[in-house]
Amino acid sequence: MGYLFTQDGINAVLERWADDYLIYAPVRMAGGGAFSDTDSIRYGQVRRVEEIVFDQKSNYSFKEILLPLSQTLFFFTEDEVKEAEASPKGAIILLRSCDLHGVKRLDEIYLKNGFEDFFYQRLRSNVKFVLLGCQKAFDNCFCVDMQTNTIDSYDASLEQSGDGYVLDNRCAGWEPLLAEHSLKQLDVRPSHVTETRVRVEIPDGLSIEVAKSKIWDEYDGRCINCGRCNFVCPTCTCFTMQDIFYTDNGKVGERRRVAASCMVDGYTDVAGGGSYRKKNGERMRFRVLHKVYDFKERFGCHMCVGCGRCDDICPEYISFSHCVNKLGGALKEVKNGAAK
Amino acid sequence: MLQNEYRPFLTEIKEIVKHTDIEYTFRVTYEGAVKPGQFFEVSIPKYGEAPISVCGINDGTVDLTIRRVGKVTNEIFQHRAGDRLFLRGPYGNGFEVENYKNKELVIVAGGTGLSPVRGVVEYFAEHPREVKGMTLIAGFKTPRDILFQADFARWREKMQVILTVDQAEEGSTHQVGLVTEYIPRLALNNAGKAVAVVVGPPAMMRFTTLALLKAGFREENIWISQERKMCCGIGKCGHCKVNDTYVCLDGPVFNFTKNRTLID
Repeated sequence: MGYLFTQDGINAVLERWADDYLIYAPVRMAGGGAFSDTDSIRYGQVRRVEEIVFDQKSNYSFKEILLPLSQTLFFFTEDEVKEAEASPKGAIILLRSCDLHGVKRLDEIYLKNGFEDFFYQRLRSNVKFVLLGCQKAFDNCFCVDMQTNTIDSYDASLEQSGDGYVLDNRCAGWEPLLAEHSLKQLDVRPSHVTETRVRVEIPDGLSIEVAKSKIWDEYDGRCINCGRCNFVCPTCTCFTMQDIFYTDNGKVGERRRVAASCMVDGYTDVAGGGSYRKKNGERMRFRVLHKVYDFKERFGCHMCVGCGRCDDICPEYISFSHCVNKLGGALKEVKNGAAK
Repeated sequence: MLQNEYRPFLTEIKEIVKHTDIEYTFRVTYEGAVKPGQFFEVSIPKYGEAPISVCGINDGTVDLTIRRVGKVTNEIFQHRAGDRLFLRGPYGNGFEVENYKNKELVIVAGGTGLSPVRGVVEYFAEHPREVKGMTLIAGFKTPRDILFQADFARWREKMQVILTVDQAEEGSTHQVGLVTEYIPRLALNNAGKAVAVVVGPPAMMRFTTLALLKAGFREENIWISQERKMCCGIGKCGHCKVNDTYVCLDGPVFNFTKNRTLID
């Protein structure tokens, strides 16, 4: 059922939601941008609708809520191993269509690939998703070509409409609350974009053979392996285990998992000095093919959801979408035997 | 409540065998199904976890051969018999001995690579009639680096054993040479039907498989075991992924026809 709200009306809903949930949405971090006097849009906890940034893409994705950049798994005291406690509240995450498609990718890895992940499942089972409608495409977005511009699997949608807010609800339990605080019921369809300025074309018949192409060599010099593309990506989910002990008492410590990047040195290092993919071009190839080729081979859908955040953040102005568009030529190059 | 696969369980160290200064075998209590070539995450609270392959499976215990090369393994080496050790696992696919039965089998191991494949060697040492012929080629850097010294004498009675070192001091009684040198000299009835297992450092595996192919082995009759960084062992952390393959879930043992497609 769809509803129209005034600002006060929707704030009354958020207030009630906050009793049971932590509400996360894109918020403005003043002065937090890469350049002086620029802001950063990141996920943060909100209490009121005015705090939510509706008209810009968030620089970082929602994934930090489901997979915190640093998450304590266990506490160690002497011989005791104690699981870190779960948050007593669930979470409501406001996110765009591409990001909600990203959740499906996270689920594939964390719920289906091998054992179910205890810590992810514990959070995930208590999360509701509120879709932020996209009234326009942002710079570097290419969701339409990735087929992630629309989605139905939301609990509710929310966007601005004139002075008010419109919401489409799919969560039966919320109906009485929404009806109570809305101005009126109406038919609401979340906005979505139907075209983006940036286009990508993933060639048919892509195979790992494309690894032999020369297109990757250019990234040896251009990429500085900072890993920012991984950290902003809604579907990059790698982590490294990190154990620590407290300096005040070495008998007590904890085990965490912290976000890891396949672009950064050390990612493949094995004990004794071995490592794989030493060149940045090889790392770029590994990342790009994971996003638009081999994830699909394993899980049936492309990992990349076309949010374009990697292109937004790269300090070397390397464009992931440009690279994807070069794959067709690279494939021909390899097939024609022109490869190295 | 969902089981937490990250929670390690306690085992007791029953015995420690010292092979070299930096390589010991830890025999720890473990009841449960486990196959040669699978691995455990040895978990040292406050220091970290390291994936260690199973090198021996006994009644109520498993053997883990560990090389002291980092923070976690340093800490493991502080443990003594009777101490307790946390583990998770076993993970990975391991070796299927069925693949090698009633065939001529060649196992080529380099250095600590012998430890994941040792379970297969032991199986056929105990059941020599289940293979049509067996050769073990084991290479180490120097005589000081040889692992499982005591086992070799026993194995020699059950199979053809070639124990070789890359270099030895003058006057040494050890055979000197790379494992690849012995492959063309293998006396096989039919290399086209023989099976091989190759485990060792990446370069050694690459040249050994090339030598085997040249000697007439078919790609589908060669198996290898891969080593990668693994933080979780259960398909989540991503470090071991190669193409669409997770070494921790789909490996570490791969048939060569699959391994050939794994481009790091």
